[in-house]
Amino acid sequence: MNAPFFKFDYFNSDVSLIVAFVIGIAFGIALEKGGFGRATILASQFYFTNMRVLKVMFTAIVTAMIGLYFLSVIGFVDLSLVYLTQTNLLPMAVGGLIAGLGFIIGGYCPGTSMVAVATGKLDAMVFVAGMIFGILVFGEMFPGIENFFNSGYMGNVTLPSYFNLSYGLVVFLVVLMAVGAFTAAEWGEKKMAAKSGKEIL
Amino acid sequence: MTSITKTITNAFEKDEGREHIHIDAKPYSNPYLVGIGLGLVLLAAFVIMGRGLGASGAISTAVAVTVNIIAPEHAAGNDFYSEYIGDGSTNPLMDWLIFQTLGVLAGGFLSGTISHRVKKGVEKGPHISTKMRFVYAFIGGGLLGYGAKLARGCMSGQALSGGAVLNLGSWVFMMMVFVGGYAAAYFMRRQWT
Repeated sequence: MNAPFFKFDYFNSDVSLIVAFVIGIAFGIALEKGGFGRATILASQFYFTNMRVLKVMFTAIVTAMIGLYFLSVIGFVDLSLVYLTQTNLLPMAVGGLIAGLGFIIGGYCPGTSMVAVATGKLDAMVFVAGMIFGILVFGEMFPGIENFFNSGYMGNVTLPSYFNLSYGLVVFLVVLMAVGAFTAAEWGEKKMAAKSGKEIL
Repeated sequence: MTSITKTITNAFEKDEGREHIHIDAKPYSNPYLVGIGLGLVLLAAFVIMGRGLGASGAISTAVAVTVNIIAPEHAAGNDFYSEYIGDGSTNPLMDWLIFQTLGVLAGGFLSGTISHRVKKGVEKGPHISTKMRFVYAFIGGGLLGYGAKLARGCMSGQALSGGAVLNLGSWVFMMMVFVGGYAAAYFMRRQWT
């Protein structure tokens, strides 16, 4: 048996939609359990009072990254068949900056806003309405910004290929960085809690 | 007259006397355990489907389909909309990300219900009105929708999924999200703290 299963035609695209729904349920449960359905918790990441976003995000990245690397080393997963979004460096950097501003102003990101809507948060419903508007504006502006959108094209490029390092070494470096970030986050939270006297959610 | 008053009063008293069971919302789970869980869900998506998770893509499809219904010629002449609508051979709504996002809604509701955390409310700090919170939520949502489209994905598709496959552009996106968030946090402090 070889993975990714879908790429080896173990099931058709109709079945893939059921898979999508089931994986989505698990995704939604994880986000809700992490407290990501609440804008106050998400925003506190940016005031160093509650570093849940960083902890959950980096733990998830590290878990999936190590798992995928291990499964490819033993020959179970063909990494070349796992989807990579093409890199367009400048549009992605500018898009990230705008998305970061949207995150702290709006209080959610697209995925977390879905969980917040599902758990009754009215501000999340307004956020989703704003997101629909933003995408519509992007769509209407698209003919004018298409050149910029496609600029800085680098193809499918990963950190190992770009820096000419082995995949395993980059995996190791990311783990190191994550452990460093977790240590800093735990230390920072304690400092902030001592300062404000508030309990961390 | 007195008896009617008495009956009404009694009715109210009965209601007040009814026991209101108050169940406290359970605390959120350990972030590292949630992270491992989320990572395994992401890994399952890679292994089963060969792709990661997403969120903004589903809304984009919904927007493109709606534009196509209202103004089909306008949508057909726009590369952004036509990418989501497809060539007509398949229904654009029978899409992986649409079903995955419906799952997120269901999963969020399920988990929230079990832990008694589904509650109508507005998420904001104590120093801002609900009206202003809604204004910021709309502006922020607009920026996120726009930014995510420019970057070819959002926190789920780029930062999380692309991050785990060590995609260069995804890591640049993730760093810039943190830069943008921290840069504007000071100006948004009235809303959150």
